[in-house]
Amino acid sequence: MDAYLLAAATFCLLSSFGHTLFKLGSGRVQPGRLNLVMMIVAFGLLSTDLWMRGEVQRSCPINSLFDVLVFMSWSTILIYFVVGSAYRLSLLGAFTSPLVLGILLFAQITPINRDAHMRLFRDHWIELHAALSIISYGAFALAGVAGLMYLLQNRQLKKRKGGTLLYNLPPITDLGIANARLIWLGLILLTVSFAAGFASGMQVNTLKFWTSAGIWAAYALMVLLRGIHTMAPKRTAILSVGVFIFILVTLPVIQHLSNPK
Amino acid sequence: MTILCAGINHHNAPIEVREKFAIGGNDLQESLAQLRAIDGLFGAVIVSTCNRVEFYAASVCPMRVMDGMRRFIDKRAGVTEAPFYTHDSHLSIRHLFRVASGLDSMVIGETEILGQIKQAYTTAFKFGATNVHLNKLFQNAFRVAKQVRSETQITRGSTSVGSVAVDLAGKIFGDLSGRKVMLLGAGDTSERVARSLVSRGVRTVIVANRTFDRAAALADEIGGLAVHFDHWHTAFDEVDILICSTAAPHPIVTREKLEAIMQSHQERPLFIIDLAVPRDVHPSVNDLENVYLYDIDSLEQIARQSIEVRQGEITRCEKMIDRHVRDFLLWMRNHPGAIR
Repeated sequence: MDAYLLAAATFCLLSSFGHTLFKLGSGRVQPGRLNLVMMIVAFGLLSTDLWMRGEVQRSCPINSLFDVLVFMSWSTILIYFVVGSAYRLSLLGAFTSPLVLGILLFAQITPINRDAHMRLFRDHWIELHAALSIISYGAFALAGVAGLMYLLQNRQLKKRKGGTLLYNLPPITDLGIANARLIWLGLILLTVSFAAGFASGMQVNTLKFWTSAGIWAAYALMVLLRGIHTMAPKRTAILSVGVFIFILVTLPVIQHLSNPK
Repeated sequence: MTILCAGINHHNAPIEVREKFAIGGNDLQESLAQLRAIDGLFGAVIVSTCNRVEFYAASVCPMRVMDGMRRFIDKRAGVTEAPFYTHDSHLSIRHLFRVASGLDSMVIGETEILGQIKQAYTTAFKFGATNVHLNKLFQNAFRVAKQVRSETQITRGSTSVGSVAVDLAGKIFGDLSGRKVMLLGAGDTSERVARSLVSRGVRTVIVANRTFDRAAALADEIGGLAVHFDHWHTAFDEVDILICSTAAPHPIVTREKLEAIMQSHQERPLFIIDLAVPRDVHPSVNDLENVYLYDIDSLEQIARQSIEVRQGEITRCEKMIDRHVRDFLLWMRNHPGAIR
């Protein structure tokens, strides 16, 4: 059943992305209601899938790399709904759907580990730590998307040639602000997640610890340097895209090291 | 029932001719009453703007009504043969749909005309000058115009240097309220751009001109501040938009000069509109982070691009309009009665 739910969610995101590509081809990028409807349906389907697997596993369904990728897709859409409307960055959805689609497709097509590694005892602190970490990755994913949009808009403006993308992307100042605030949001969630991890008293692998600490430090540095006006929005945008790619690349390793032995 | 249209516009008459036929708000009620008195006319709407004066009428005896309308027009302007075009049913419906969609405007795709037609229709409706066919026709025209605007790129971008500059400011800053503008040189175009920016919410305008009196006069007019030209850089703090239009023979804003100023600008972008020829701002300034420099050529290129995009959309719009004209003619066939 959950395979069908995921396939249906993937189909919705594919339709949303296809619709955006079609509009781009006809010279109009501004996503209509279809994009939003497809995102809402995909979110509903993913929520149902997670709930069903949570019931089976009797815990938050993030006990395999497959689970984590699905949960991260769900978190990214969740953060999009929270932030997308707040900044009126409607095109954020058009950029978010291919990212989530890519993560979901990767989870379903590649032969990654789907076996849930269950702990003998349910620890709420550890569950909170893991869930918040992945939700913070959703915020960082969105920050990366806003950063990418910032870089595209900056390029359009510097080129001085006008064009469809220039008129349809949000103002560059708004994108810079959204990028910075999403990093803030992600950092707060990740910090709380780390606090929960410490509270659980769990044993942490050294490599996992330093990788996670490195990610936290990179975002903290971005926040700090933006706060004291020593890092330009363009550099923050580049870094937010780069660090998120690093998260995606290191996620399988972190997940593997998190499995209970 | 037949829909008739008689009119004069910027395509077939210069302003000296058009102004003779213009009907102001005060004359509108009387003119509508005179049109309604024409035997066989069941409804009338008068659209009078700076680019066109058009009469739309509904009638079951088109020849008689068209003669009556011609007599009314000739009498009003005191001429014997007014240079009006006339259309009946199919062509008049199509013409109204094209006008409402901005396809017949001087600047293709402009949207002001839709508001003017809405106003003209509302006035006629209020005076009881319309009938069911005209009501349906104009409601359809508004719907067609909305669809054409939302489903094609007929309104894409801006078509003049000034409006392109204002659009770009929006694409950089989003909300312009609270932004600060500096005018370096007080040319006509830069003044127009500054006024447009003020109307979009810009907070402060600083004017620096070689002739201080001119700077003071302009600053006074648009509610800004005047500074001596030699001290422009001292007033540069917190400026978001710089508009240059001096007659200087060499760049007065160089990369070196701006680099120092941008240190205190923190992360706020700076939008520079260089309208001067020779250019006031060295092109290398555009390489600075957070600085967006547009000279007159790049602004004109974007305006031309928008015009080309709009012209390329005309065929799509015409197809859309033809479909709606067919639908309306079908509705007319099903509602042939002379309903007042």
